[in-house]
Parts: sequence; C-alpha cells; structure tokens
Amino acid sequence: MDEMFANIDWAEIGQASLDTLLMLGGSLAASIALGLPLGVLLFLTGKRQLLEQPAVYATLSFVVNVLRSVPFIILLIVMIPFTVLLVGTSLGVAGAIPPLVVGTAPFFARLVETALREVDRGIIEASQAMGASTRQIVFGALLPEALPGILAGATVTAIALVSYTAMAGVIGAGGLGDLAVRFGYQRFQTDVMVVTVVLLLVLVQVLQMLGDRLVAHFSRR
Amino acid sequence: MDVYNPPMIAFEAIHKHYRVGAAEVRALQPLDLRIGRGEVFGVIGHSGAGKSTLLRMINLLERPSGGRLLIDGVDVTRLDGDALRALRRRIGMIFQHFNLLAAKTVAQNVAFPLRLAGRTRAEIARRVDELLERVGLAAHAAKYPAQLSGGQKQRVGIARALACGPDILLCDEATSALDPETTASVLQLLAELNRELGLTIVLITHEMDVVRRVCDRVAVLDAGQLVESGTVADVFLHPRHPTTRRFVLEAEHVDEREQRADRAQVSGRVVRLTFRGQATYAPLLGRVARASGVDYSILGGRIDRIKDTPYGQLTLALVGGDIESALHAFAAADVHVEELG
Repeated sequence: MDEMFANIDWAEIGQASLDTLLMLGGSLAASIALGLPLGVLLFLTGKRQLLEQPAVYATLSFVVNVLRSVPFIILLIVMIPFTVLLVGTSLGVAGAIPPLVVGTAPFFARLVETALREVDRGIIEASQAMGASTRQIVFGALLPEALPGILAGATVTAIALVSYTAMAGVIGAGGLGDLAVRFGYQRFQTDVMVVTVVLLLVLVQVLQMLGDRLVAHFSRR
Repeated sequence: MDVYNPPMIAFEAIHKHYRVGAAEVRALQPLDLRIGRGEVFGVIGHSGAGKSTLLRMINLLERPSGGRLLIDGVDVTRLDGDALRALRRRIGMIFQHFNLLAAKTVAQNVAFPLRLAGRTRAEIARRVDELLERVGLAAHAAKYPAQLSGGQKQRVGIARALACGPDILLCDEATSALDPETTASVLQLLAELNRELGLTIVLITHEMDVVRRVCDRVAVLDAGQLVESGTVADVFLHPRHPTTRRFVLEAEHVDEREQRADRAQVSGRVVRLTFRGQATYAPLLGRVARASGVDYSILGGRIDRIKDTPYGQLTLALVGGDIESALHAFAAADVHVEELG
C-alpha cells in the first residue's frame, strides 16, 4: 500500500482539495449572482418578450458570445491585469476566481435564458391579466416556474467550473488540477495523478447527484 | 335597472390590424358591441375568426388599433401603468389550458392575485379558504396542479380569477380542453357565479352547445367580422348568416345534405315549427290537425333548452285539408312557422 502511493503527501492533497472547493464555491456563487440577472435581462429584452429591446438584446448577446468563445486558457492569461486590479493578486484561490467567473457567468446566463423560455407563455399572460407588473411577473411567476431548469443549469455550470479550476493551475491557482499537472504529469508521479483524478471524479459525481436531487425536489410536473 | 346604461363593456368602432412584412392583416374589422351588466355573453367563431383578439382587448392584453373601449362607461383604451393594472384586477380571466403556476399549490395559485394586489396575509388566507370552498376544492388546497384533473384545474383557474372580486370574467375557450361531463359542470358553476355575484361573463368558444347552455346573448364572428348578434334563442333558432347556420347544424348533429335528401322523399308542404317557452309543452299538433283536417308526417325535430328556456323545433310535411288555416292556427299559438318548400 505504502509503496503504491509512495509520492503522495496527503496534507498537500488535502490543501489542494480545499483550494479546489474554495475556488468552486466562490466562483459558482459569483457566477450565479452575475449570470442570473444577466439571463433574466437576456430573456426579457428578447423578441416578443415583456421588455423587448432589440438593441439591448443584441449587445448583451454579443458580449456573452464573445466571452464564451474565448478559450478558457487564453481568458486566464488575458484577465491577469484585471484580476490584480480587482483582488490585488493573480495567484492562489483569490486570483483564480475572477477569470473563472468571467468564463462561466455568461454560460450560466444563457442557461437561465433558456430555462425562462421553457416557461409556458400562458403563465405570463395569466399574470398580466391579474394585473401583475413586470417585476412581479419575474419574481412571482417566472423564476419560481423556471427554478428546476435554473438549478439544472447551475449543476452543469458547477461541473464546468470543476474542469476550469483544474486549468487555473496554469496561472498558479493551486488546487487538485494543479497538483495533477505539476506532480502527476511533469514529474511522472502516476500515483498523484490517479488520486487527484479520482478526487475530481468523485467531486463531479457528488455535484451531479446533488443537482439532480434539488431539481427533483422543486419539480412539480 | 337598465343593464345597458351604461353597458358593462362597450366596443365603439374597435378594430385591430397589424403588419406581417409588407402585408396588412385585418384581425378585426371595426365593430360595435355592447355587453350588459350581469350578462353572460358568448362570442362564437372558428379559429382565426378574431374572437381571441376581441376577448383580449377587454383587459387590454391586446391593444386596439383604433376605436374606443368603455368599461363601465369609462374609456380605458389608453390606460397604462398602475391604472391599467388596477383595471385588470377588476377583470378575471380563465384559459383553455388553465395557465396555473405549476410550482405553486392550489392555495398559493389562488393567493397569487391577492399577493399581487398587496393584501395582508390574514386577508389572503381567509379569502383563499372561501374561494376554494365555493369551487369545491377545499380538500385539495395543498396539492399541486399536476395532481389535479382538467376540471379541477379549471376550478382553480376560476377561483383565482375571482380572487380580487372582479366585475367581469373573461373565459378563453375555458371548456375546450375538457370532456363533455366536466364541461357541463364547469358551465354550471359559471352560471351559478353569474347569478350569485351578478358577474358579467364574456366567453369565447367554437362550440354552439356552450353558448346554448349558459349565454344570454351571442355574437358570431367570421373572418374578423361581426356577422350576427342577438339573444341566444333568436340566433340559435333562426340563424341568418351561413356561418351561424353551420354552427347551429353542428350543435344539432344535423347534416344539411341528408336533410334535403330526406325532404325530397315526401310530398306536401314542408314547414318548420319553432315552439318557445310554455308553447313547447302544449298539445298543439293534434288539435290543429283535427281542426284543419291536415295530415302530417314528422321529418325531424328536437326538444331542448336554451339556458333555462325550453324550446322545440319540428320539421313537418303537411298534406291534405286546409293547410292555410293550420298555419294560421300555429301562428296564433305563438309558434314560429317557416316554409322550407
């Protein structure tokens, strides 16, 4: 047993796992906080929607598409000056969160927009007929009705973030992915590679299961 | 009290058109219509006839392109913002596909319009109980819409529409997705609410049977045009426009061609007699036949009700005797006589 995992420093693995979880938690929370309003705005300003604004929609849509089309590895590097400005460092967990958020918030916003479009138009019409304002329709009807879809989107986003955190090692973010690259790949320590990959796999499984449970809990169809 | 002074709803030269590319689509030709206080008013038409547009103009989900819409004597055509939302709270609406909030329980669905209106918690709880009791769903308050049958969902829709105590209830094909038995019970509930609350009901449908069962008056729309309107009995028993005639025949399950073929088999004068109200039950036919010496064969007929009024309609072939005096005798007994040749 000891020979099989000769290169493993469990304390380091523990620290790396903690870093990954912190990056994931922090950037997921921020991506939702930014992506949700952005998704709602995309939906509302879209064609034949409550606040139809072709110019606003086209602009938002363009920005979202641009951010989504930049390869994440490039985004990590391009973002460095901005990250330093924002959190004071481009290293560690704190330095990884801004690029992670910029990379995933637009993605999550699109998923929110799609989830909102899935809500039956009749529900909006019924709410309008009851004298609801746009604000009341969004918070009272649309978001609660789209909640299962939004939670499913958050799950997909969280899992995408896991693989992004692994990449963030390139700019010195730490975490399990970083460990896998530095020890498992560059130093040929296969055992480190195996352990980190297994841990990442478990993390993804747990996230998916948690997400599925939440979606099932809030689905009333 | 004159229910038309002022009318609950008045359309004055209201019309609607919109552009699709270069073409102008006339969804609704200019029309005038007055719907009285406490009236159950039906609008019948095929899909695409403009009835849905007409209904949605009443709560301004659709804006008219021109003309005036008066609710309770007040021009609402240009209302906006808070004033529009206040108007909409006075107008309930139910839908073909119910449009309930799937993520909310029955009680929360009914509470929704009350929350929008900013009522207090206690007030909402009391009102929701009251409404669910009225529509017979008190036992289902904690269920979600997906757990209910179609008829129950529509009852939730009705309770929700009534929550803010509206003057007007709009029904958008409210029974079209329901089976016949459920349709009957929902229509009965609407009729009761009309009587109990003095609610003005406007319903659109493509089924003459729905109109016959609950409406006081009816308007027939065809290709965006109002082609006929009047009391249900007048329109139903003596349809003038071809579209109306088709709706009536559909409701009576009569095939016009078969009927003509049947008539070709008999000799004599073919007449249609229409009895209304008490005349329906009078033993008139035998009496007239004996007095005039006219013999008759029955080619078709039905006895039914329009809302609460019984009526009968008989198609007869008359032979021999004094046919003219027989026809006079019918007319004298308040029976409407129509020669079919």
